[in-house]
Amino acid sequence: MQFPLLLLLFSAAADLSGTADLRETGLSIPASAPPLLLCPQPGAPRDLAPPGLASARSAVGEPEEAQNVGHHGGGFRVVQWEWTYVQTPYIIAMWLLVASVAKILFHFSQHFTTVVPESCMLILLGLVLGGVVLVANKKQLYQLDPALFFLFLLPTIVGDAGYFMSARLFFDNLGAILTYAVVGTLWNAFCCGFSLYAAKLLQVIDERVQADLMDFLLFGALISAVDPVAVLAVFEEVHVNDTLFIIVFGESLVNDAVTVVGVENVETADYFKGVASFFIVSIGGTLVGVVFAVILGFITRFTKKVRIIEPLFVFLLVYLAYLTAELFSLSAILSMTFCGIGANKYVEANISQKSRTTVKYTMKTLASIAETIIFIFLGISAVDKSKWAWDTGLVSCTLVFIFVFRAVGVIGQTWVLNRFRLIPLDKIDQVVMSYGGLRGAVAFALVVLLDGKRVKAKDYFVATTIVVVFFTVMFQGLTIKPLVKWLKVPRSSSRKPTINEEIHERAFDHILTAVEDIAGLQGYHHWRDKWEQFDKNYLSKLLLRKSVYRKSELWEAYQKINIRDAISVIDQGGNVLTSARLSLPSMASRASFPEFTNVTNYLRENGSGVCLDLQVIDNVPGAKVEEDTETHHVLAENLYKPRRRYQSHYSRHFMSLGEKERQDREVFQRNMKSRMETFKSTRYKRHKKERSLKKRQGLDRDKPRRNVSWQDTDPVFVSVESDEEKDEHSDAEKEEDVGITFVARRTETPKPRPKSVPPAVGDSHSPTAAPPSPTNGGSLLPWKGSVSSPPPCVSVEATKIIPVDLQQAWNQSISSLESVSSPPTHTEPVHPRVSALSRLGVPRPISYSPPGSVGGCTSSIGSQVVQSSLCFPEKKKEQEMEEEQEKEEEAELQPLLAPPTSLTKPPPPPGSAPSSGKRRKPSVYLRSLVTTPSTGSNEPHSRDPTQL
Amino acid sequence: MGSSRSRMDDIPHAQQLIHETDFSAAHLLRLHQRFKFLDKYQTGELRPRDFGAIPALALNPIGDRIIGAFFSPGRETLDFPSFVRILAHFRPTDPNRSRDSTQQELANSRTRKLKFAFQLYDQDRDGKISRAELLQVLRAMLETQVVEEQLQSIAERAIQEADLDKDDAISFDEFRRIVFFFFVFCLQSLEKVNIDHKMSIRFLK
Repeated sequence: MQFPLLLLLFSAAADLSGTADLRETGLSIPASAPPLLLCPQPGAPRDLAPPGLASARSAVGEPEEAQNVGHHGGGFRVVQWEWTYVQTPYIIAMWLLVASVAKILFHFSQHFTTVVPESCMLILLGLVLGGVVLVANKKQLYQLDPALFFLFLLPTIVGDAGYFMSARLFFDNLGAILTYAVVGTLWNAFCCGFSLYAAKLLQVIDERVQADLMDFLLFGALISAVDPVAVLAVFEEVHVNDTLFIIVFGESLVNDAVTVVGVENVETADYFKGVASFFIVSIGGTLVGVVFAVILGFITRFTKKVRIIEPLFVFLLVYLAYLTAELFSLSAILSMTFCGIGANKYVEANISQKSRTTVKYTMKTLASIAETIIFIFLGISAVDKSKWAWDTGLVSCTLVFIFVFRAVGVIGQTWVLNRFRLIPLDKIDQVVMSYGGLRGAVAFALVVLLDGKRVKAKDYFVATTIVVVFFTVMFQGLTIKPLVKWLKVPRSSSRKPTINEEIHERAFDHILTAVEDIAGLQGYHHWRDKWEQFDKNYLSKLLLRKSVYRKSELWEAYQKINIRDAISVIDQGGNVLTSARLSLPSMASRASFPEFTNVTNYLRENGSGVCLDLQVIDNVPGAKVEEDTETHHVLAENLYKPRRRYQSHYSRHFMSLGEKERQDREVFQRNMKSRMETFKSTRYKRHKKERSLKKRQGLDRDKPRRNVSWQDTDPVFVSVESDEEKDEHSDAEKEEDVGITFVARRTETPKPRPKSVPPAVGDSHSPTAAPPSPTNGGSLLPWKGSVSSPPPCVSVEATKIIPVDLQQAWNQSISSLESVSSPPTHTEPVHPRVSALSRLGVPRPISYSPPGSVGGCTSSIGSQVVQSSLCFPEKKKEQEMEEEQEKEEEAELQPLLAPPTSLTKPPPPPGSAPSSGKRRKPSVYLRSLVTTPSTGSNEPHSRDPTQL
Repeated sequence: MGSSRSRMDDIPHAQQLIHETDFSAAHLLRLHQRFKFLDKYQTGELRPRDFGAIPALALNPIGDRIIGAFFSPGRETLDFPSFVRILAHFRPTDPNRSRDSTQQELANSRTRKLKFAFQLYDQDRDGKISRAELLQVLRAMLETQVVEEQLQSIAERAIQEADLDKDDAISFDEFRRIVFFFFVFCLQSLEKVNIDHKMSIRFLK
């Protein structure tokens, strides 16, 4: 690793010596830098950058110029060494590589990283690298360049933090955050400034430090601001509770306005203008952010057809918010933060699941790498002899003052705040807040930006700032973790919310609002309620897609929780097929389940609009049955061959489905179909008298496969390639992200019987579809069932559960079925498109073919049959996942609850099913997954936007 | 906001109320003013329609229930002491007071706060939140956002989560447990478990 690093350093050194800070010094390229020796035009780099080009821009603007220069060397060469052409991007890429590799190395040792924060290690690495450069060049060639920092590195971090910050938490604590950020920072700045000046007068600080009161105030202003990068880096690993974190971190974001104004205006000493400027900078910055948030929300409303560039809009507009604020010298951090907070809700709702994932990962990646680079460069910057204008008095005074005043400020403000806060901040919180006042790269970049001519002591200030930053990040960062442990600061826990919490939290909000209204108080809840009304009535209408607007957060939460439970159960059980004793993830067991957070996240990121419905059964099948089941399961899995023919399709605007994905989808569709079938057949039993003769069509093709791997949690849109759907391709694509939507239409059922669409859970080798089958017996002994079960008939009029966007197709297929007794066609992919729709995607009214016909089918049918038998283990598992006893529904669902053996026999008489159902304390399979269809669905009435 | 300033003398049983609810005299005065303001007909008692006249409350999806909770069963009117006693549920718990033994009696104790919330769900006051009752609340809160089937699944799920004794309803203990869990983990304050925070508002001086 050392060698590439060195190489990188030298080449980079050569670059910057020509283009960046050192170009005025006329430093010639060090002869020791290997790449330069090979460089065709050794002098070129220095000429590349026009004098006025900011060094940060050199990263961007240079290639073209470099190209011009690079090509004017005459003569024809077979191999050209085009270093100048590629050097800037090359060096940047190498830096990123080094930073990333460094991260990997740090995380090799688990134990080490738990003790030493990453930021410390990065700074140390930076020191080492800086030392190497210094030794090689006798001169430090790098430092954290302010322009680079403010234009590129900082926005990535702030953007990430702002976008993913919990808006509720932020606004709940807004008062405290503002107080600490404004009053606290001002307090620190003035106290530090005056105290340092006093120290200077008392000659504690050496006379060489030529600074007057204004200089010290300026220095105080930039050194007093808590730094968002450092706070994030350190607190991320400490995991204090959310309230504490948001207060410290919010402060570090919001105090930017104070710092900007402070640094820019202290010298003018016009305090009135200073105050006015502060308001303009902060409020202006906020407004810019809000405006961009609105624009962003509005734009993402219309990206339906171009999903692929959705993430780009997010990045661009958030970044533009930053740049625009920067353009007007407003507080860019505030602007970006508010843009992120404001847009998050609407954007997240508007964009597709995949875009959400993309945004999340890209932001995190960028922020992470930016943070890494910042800390490395901080380390490197420190190794610079020219900067070390050291004055022990100044350094030690500054360290003491910022620490003391921070503590005093926090305690004083907290004392005041606690008189108003519902949740007082106790002593421990105050200690952590004082101690967590970390200074970082912002202060460093600001101090580097100081004008050396006006501030004579700039070098001293730079050195002091470096020491302060190192001290806070390294020493405090290292010790804050033990401190937090020792003080027993309440940590954050990653417990996931339950649906009850979601409900009650909303209810409590309403209650408190109402009580405030009754008591005639215009308190916090009152205003929040006002805001929510406004949001609901105007903002959401403006910024949200119509399809999204109607969705309920509570419902989303419900689905997430369901999926999470499914995952956790699978986690718990490992191979669930073998563990019949799967227990319900009760609340207690949930808490004891560390991995499940990850899985939940994973699933969530993978996107699932599909609701898992989990059931628990009390009866445990015998070991023998289990064994058999497993065998069959494995068999079926291995026998599975997707039969769909794939259409090659290229589009720049849509991701094509991977092979695997299609396969999963197909499997899922089959699974779904089978479920519909069973569902319908259930209904059939209830109404069999009327219906039994109506429809008995060749259904041999429809022995379903239920072998679904869990990737199917990807929402399913059914059959992109079907004829009916073809013209709606883009819509289908869109639906993909929205999740499958089903509507249960009931004609004769007395009660809504929503049915959930559990995506398969489990991992790829343990298919886990859990179709509710009419009879548990079918699931328990599927191989028997598939052979001997008489064909249940399904009436068209009975309940159908149809993906909404497929309704049209559904109707068509029904009509075709009714007109023609369609022969079985499912075995070969002769008409893949048609088959995709008719066989897989769309449940049709079907009746089973008699066993004989199944047997007579082709081998693929045979495999299908085997596969269909597989439904059983998953079903069982699913049943175990969730206990549901609903007495009132029990009666209705009794057909579903038939005893395990029912499939092996003719459908039990209506009377027998109920009794057996009761015996088994059955669970209910059919849950609703009735989400509102997203735009583009074929069902106009369900899309009616007017919902108020 | 009242037409005339309240004075302590106007308030019946003022001292007793202060003792009972731990409101300060200033609070009490303020509440009395509010009471008189709401009491448009100067009857000395509030009726549900008086509450209904509060515009913000009319927008509140569960406003009706909250109004209902102010009236004890069978009563159509609400006098000032009852008004204050009910609002006292929402006083933040005083950390110093909570340790002394009288805490149980205070209206703003955690249990009492929860009880109040529980009653909002439990309309028939049988000590249990049945599925139907939960559904009603959900329906009110979510209005048109979700279809009936979704509501049912949510209610179903909520009951499952909370229901420990498998009676298909949420008893008060279960309710307390679930909400307790919630606040323990959400507010991350294991020591100062605080329902109080979620169920308190600041009464201005």
